[in-house]
Amino acid sequence: MDKILIQKINNFLLVAIQEDMDDQIVLNFQEALTEQITKHHIDGVLIDISLLDLVDSFIGRMLGSITAMSQLLGAKTVIVGMQPAVAITIVELGLNLNNIKSAITLERGMELLGVNNFWH
Amino acid sequence: MALNPAQFKICKSQKVIIQSEPDIVNVRRQVREWAAQAGFSLTVQTKMMTAASELARNIYRYAKQGHAELTLLQNEKRMGLQVVFQDNGPGIADIDLAMQDGYSTGNTLGMGLGGTKRLVDYFEIESSVNKGTRIIIVTWKEIK
Repeated sequence: MDKILIQKINNFLLVAIQEDMDDQIVLNFQEALTEQITKHHIDGVLIDISLLDLVDSFIGRMLGSITAMSQLLGAKTVIVGMQPAVAITIVELGLNLNNIKSAITLERGMELLGVNNFWH
Repeated sequence: MALNPAQFKICKSQKVIIQSEPDIVNVRRQVREWAAQAGFSLTVQTKMMTAASELARNIYRYAKQGHAELTLLQNEKRMGLQVVFQDNGPGIADIDLAMQDGYSTGNTLGMGLGGTKRLVDYFEIESSVNKGTRIIIVTWKEIK
């Protein structure tokens, strides 16, 4: 994978995280994301992690960083689609993702971000 | 279960080199494949893969290179997936400190091996400063 695709939908961004990320891809992604949040006055970021069959400390740290960076830029972040086995593992591993909001589906995630009507 | 993996029969074994970031993914994939084939549940597969990812990344980050050796073990009652992570890197000076949980938002220090230990059934670590580190993890499954 070369880079993470960021899709803009009105005033929020949708990102789908896939596996096989390395340090450089993460750095590029964080730069691209923060740029987009600022440029398009983004209010919320939806991070879809349904394609991840694991979240280790590397990914966990990335998710935490993105949430913190977005918050500094005035945008809320919600992760969606966490797999049950991943949730169990994160807790046992002791990863602290307490500052990150989570929703079970994309629709709920959008509700959490305050996006009422997707289709204008 | 604190069973000693040395008392089991070896079914198959394979080494995976770790010297680049993509190699971490290779180790994960291999662990996932063998764990799935051995019939471990999805949750256990995920835990094993995550533990392997942590340990492989530690090798890449601190020792720059090493390897992971996967072994499928078996006796009449149970089977186990063992992964030995070995490197000739800087070693760990204070193992007790390294075993402490080091995960919190914004914390980039520490390996937090304690968390990884919780993901597996058997965890053994041996390390010497400037000589290297060897970590053995095993997850067991009862054979019906």
